[in-house]
Amino acid sequence: MKRVEAIIRPHKIDDVREALLEIGIKGMTISEVKGFGRQKGHTEVYRGAEYRVDFLPKIKLELVVADSQIDTVVSAIIKSAKTGDVGDGKIFILPVDDAIRVRTDEAGEGAL
Amino acid sequence: MRIDTGDTAWLLISTALVMLMTPGLALFYGGMVRRKNVLGTIMQSFIALGVITIQWVLFGYSLAFGPDVHHLIGDLSWVGLNGVGLTPNPDYAPTVPHQAFMAFQMMFAVITPALITGAFAERFKFSTYIVFLFVWSTIVYAPLAHWVWGVGGWMRNLGALDFAGGLVVHISSGLAALAAAFIIGKRRGYGHEHMPPHNLTMTVLGAALLWFGWFGFNGGSAVASGALATSAFLATHIAAASAAFSWTLTEWKLRGKPTMLGTASGCVAGLVAITPASGYVGPMAALIIGLGAGVVCYYGISLKNKLGYDDSLDTVGVHGVGGIFGALATGIFASKAINAAGADGLIFGNASLLGAQALSVLVAVVYSFTVTWIILKVLDKTMGLRIGDEDEQEGLDLSQHGETGYTM
Repeated sequence: MKRVEAIIRPHKIDDVREALLEIGIKGMTISEVKGFGRQKGHTEVYRGAEYRVDFLPKIKLELVVADSQIDTVVSAIIKSAKTGDVGDGKIFILPVDDAIRVRTDEAGEGAL
Repeated sequence: MRIDTGDTAWLLISTALVMLMTPGLALFYGGMVRRKNVLGTIMQSFIALGVITIQWVLFGYSLAFGPDVHHLIGDLSWVGLNGVGLTPNPDYAPTVPHQAFMAFQMMFAVITPALITGAFAERFKFSTYIVFLFVWSTIVYAPLAHWVWGVGGWMRNLGALDFAGGLVVHISSGLAALAAAFIIGKRRGYGHEHMPPHNLTMTVLGAALLWFGWFGFNGGSAVASGALATSAFLATHIAAASAAFSWTLTEWKLRGKPTMLGTASGCVAGLVAITPASGYVGPMAALIIGLGAGVVCYYGISLKNKLGYDDSLDTVGVHGVGGIFGALATGIFASKAINAAGADGLIFGNASLLGAQALSVLVAVVYSFTVTWIILKVLDKTMGLRIGDEDEQEGLDLSQHGETGYTM
């Protein structure tokens, strides 16, 4: 099993969710996060006082998938989250030891 | 004396309109602070309704409007509203019950010290603030109100015009704010930490309520319904609208983008500037005063960067600068054709009014600044003005009031 952690543009979350549902993914967790990479921040001005905003809002998407699914999942995310401009985000893939469904005690890929 | 029901109805409605300005101000300021200070900031305005109402009915009204003592202050014969009944007072408002006039004036007394809180937002100790409210209203507001509006008051005798409180409300609070910003010092982290407004939608709602309430503030200051109230009402709206637009254009030109905060600030600047003039000028003069106020106050708020004080929500730049601008503009644009009880200004060939306006401004500036300075110095030595560093980091809401504005 692998955990896929994707940082994407906030307005792309619905496209990504639909793309993942289409390839049979049944669940995911998202959170609103802030951060920066190569994309520049912006400046806000309040009554003449300038604030440099370096941390930009992003969505962090986390899901755990079977090893066999990983390529389709990654390409679905790339396809649905891409705009081609700096700031589209990143995908990280990490190994997962186990997964357990709380309701039934099922473990392994069957719990996903 | 016969009570006029139309006049009374308008004055009571105006009183309610001006009352609403204080919670409006609370939202205007509340949106501009960081979220950890939202309730503490709203509270500083809201509690003025509690404290000043009590002060006013006990003795504040008597000091401001009671029988004159040496042209400086009212005496104590109206303490506890003794003798302030339902029969009209011929000197102030001959066609409405005296209590209606008293209540109308009370709302002005309430909002004035609340305006000052913008200068020391996010760091003032609440217990000291309550004492400050009470003392400031008694020894700064009441005398100034008496000088300008009280029968026998020396500025009134001088011929200086202040229709609805440009001097009494805005210059006094603006200069008190300047003294306060210097004495209290900057917020922790000011200049290197980010302190952007936490909820500008709240600020815009507050500005809208201020604009709405100001129809009562200026229109009600005619203390009668009819022609003069209408003229003041219209001048108020035109000045607010044109200042909102001119501030926006100025900011757009100088900063590249027109901001909602700028537009909201602009309307308040226009309302401040038209306050002393509203009952003496026509629509075109109101337009010019408004357009001017938006530009002048835009530059007014940058004073703090040049002079190095932290007037956190720009009370000095908007109320001090806008108030002075409006008082002088009254000396230029006032017309007896609009209000026979007023005077002609500079453009109608009378330079002496501008002189009287300038003198009254100078005295109000010096008086409010100096006396506020002394009050705050004494309070600093006795009770302390600032909350501690840790409390300031935690925010007013938790440290002063034990609650938070947002639980989500």
